[in-house]
Amino acid sequence: MNIIVCIKQVPDTTEIKIDPVKGTLIREGVPSIMNPDDKGALELALQLKDQFGAHVTVISMGPPQADVMLREAFAMGADRAILLSDRKFAGADTLATSYALSGLCRMLDYDLIIAGRQAIDGDTAQVGPELAEHLDLPQITYVASIERLDNGHLRVRKENEDSVQVLEVEGKCLLTVLASAVEPRYMSVSGIVEAYDKEVEVWSADKIDVDENLLGLKGSPTKVFQSFPKALKAPGEVHEVSDEEAVELIVNKLKEKHII
Amino acid sequence: MDFSYSKTEQLFLQMIRSFAENEVKPLAAEVDEQERFPLETVEKMGKLGIMGIPVPKQYGGAGGTVQMYIMAVEELSRVCATTGVVLSAHTSLCMAPIMEHGTEEQKMKYLPKLASGEWIGAFGLTEPNAGTDAAMQQTTAVDAGDHWVLNGSKIFITNASYAHVFIVMAMTDKSKGTKGISAFIVEKGMPGFSIGKKELKMGIRGSATCELIFENCIVPKENLLGAQGKGFSIAMKTLDGGRIGIASQALGIAQGALDETVKYTKERKQFGRAIAKFQNTQFQMADLKTKVEAARLLVRSAAWKKDNGLPYSPDAAMAKLFAAETAMEVTTKAVQFHGGYGYTREYPVERMMRDAKITEIYEGTSEVQRMVIAGHLFK
Repeated sequence: MNIIVCIKQVPDTTEIKIDPVKGTLIREGVPSIMNPDDKGALELALQLKDQFGAHVTVISMGPPQADVMLREAFAMGADRAILLSDRKFAGADTLATSYALSGLCRMLDYDLIIAGRQAIDGDTAQVGPELAEHLDLPQITYVASIERLDNGHLRVRKENEDSVQVLEVEGKCLLTVLASAVEPRYMSVSGIVEAYDKEVEVWSADKIDVDENLLGLKGSPTKVFQSFPKALKAPGEVHEVSDEEAVELIVNKLKEKHII
Repeated sequence: MDFSYSKTEQLFLQMIRSFAENEVKPLAAEVDEQERFPLETVEKMGKLGIMGIPVPKQYGGAGGTVQMYIMAVEELSRVCATTGVVLSAHTSLCMAPIMEHGTEEQKMKYLPKLASGEWIGAFGLTEPNAGTDAAMQQTTAVDAGDHWVLNGSKIFITNASYAHVFIVMAMTDKSKGTKGISAFIVEKGMPGFSIGKKELKMGIRGSATCELIFENCIVPKENLLGAQGKGFSIAMKTLDGGRIGIASQALGIAQGALDETVKYTKERKQFGRAIAKFQNTQFQMADLKTKVEAARLLVRSAAWKKDNGLPYSPDAAMAKLFAAETAMEVTTKAVQFHGGYGYTREYPVERMMRDAKITEIYEGTSEVQRMVIAGHLFK
């Protein structure tokens, strides 16, 4: 079984700030990490490898600095790493990115593609589904776990916000994974020791099966209008009390938060 | 020497720091409070290769460096000094002498299981009457033809009740003094070998420190480690290496206490402002930070020498002396900065202060380190 895992290097948004004037991300001094949902995708691929002996190829598109993240993937257990890196990819939105990745995937022999649900620097959740469309593959999003059945089919648990679906899929497909449902493994020490002895293959645009006019800024219909941090949605509390108690409860809560 | 972390070390630091933060820190208070050996952590460390960092791959290790191993001890000790010393004693005091003095058969027999964490290692030198004066060994080993017979006892043995493999020093020829001491590999369960009482300690309370008892203990002939009569020299070399591990433990404790104090003094307000805003806090903390960095450089330099096959005995002694005294000073001041809260178990600094003290005592007291350093200075 050959598995491709799509991973992206992102700024650690728990430590990021937004430029209040320009509305863009301030990336200086912010550590870069493997996008959490993508790490979850890699973990599920490695679990299949542990159980059935799959060959796991991680692919990414980004600047040369993404090398360190691909080394991390090696140290976790990935077998091969390819970085698409070329100025021609610069300025790509999700459409141009998924198109470039599809060009790379077409050059590889694979049975399954696993991607993260979304990246924490953009939160679009578009690249995975678009990649499936470019490659004309069936897709399942919001995956929490994958089980391989005796007949070779995959049984996949899809966790929606308010429901869970268990789906069975046969043949090539693309899955996108939720980090919150998966506990990714640590890098192993021997994996770390060997990580820099392995080769991260750096591929330019002319090595993949694409129309160069659809890459980078040229192939990107999206224009960023404004960036802003997501407002945190606090989990609600349910209290079953009488009307009078409810009034008191609400008043106390508002006082606690210094709203009144 | 390059003072920065190599790319491999940076990757390793990322892993070990997140392991310490997520797997070790949440247990630290409980391990201390209940004097509980963190066996589940050791199992996790085994799976990841942390129990066999500097062991070559052909013996089942991770094939890493001493530098990576001491970084692991530092990062673990930063959140839990018990976990730090479990790794240090296992690696420096048990696996290292087998790697350095063992026969090929001994290496093949013991290293793979130790490096994978399936077995835990320990080291037995100290006796009731042979502490700093380690040459006064009273445990004896008699050649009985096809095996050795050991009699005597060892005390203060780290990991003892959880260990499977022990490096034990015993007198094989009393007339030769230190040249009559030999080293043995003793396995748990060998006839006549038992674990005695567990010490109740001030700090590193989860580390299972016990007595070893040998009553006509039968040890196979092939378990002599190194040549007969070389035991004292093996023990001293082993302790040289061990000191780098304990220096890292002390460094980790100091760094942990510094981290806690920075966080606390920024939050704690007195006289209308955060106590971190007072110049007294700033100046004292600047001094402590400087000492911690100096300790780190001494530790890294000693480890670098060991990795590169250079003599490192005085370097290890200086690293341990300075790091241990720094740990004691930083943790004592950390408690002071935390005030009354620091004296309670609500904050980890009182534990760190108790843990720090042992680093000035075991694997050679600070006085022994000064003897070693002066010995090299005036030779």
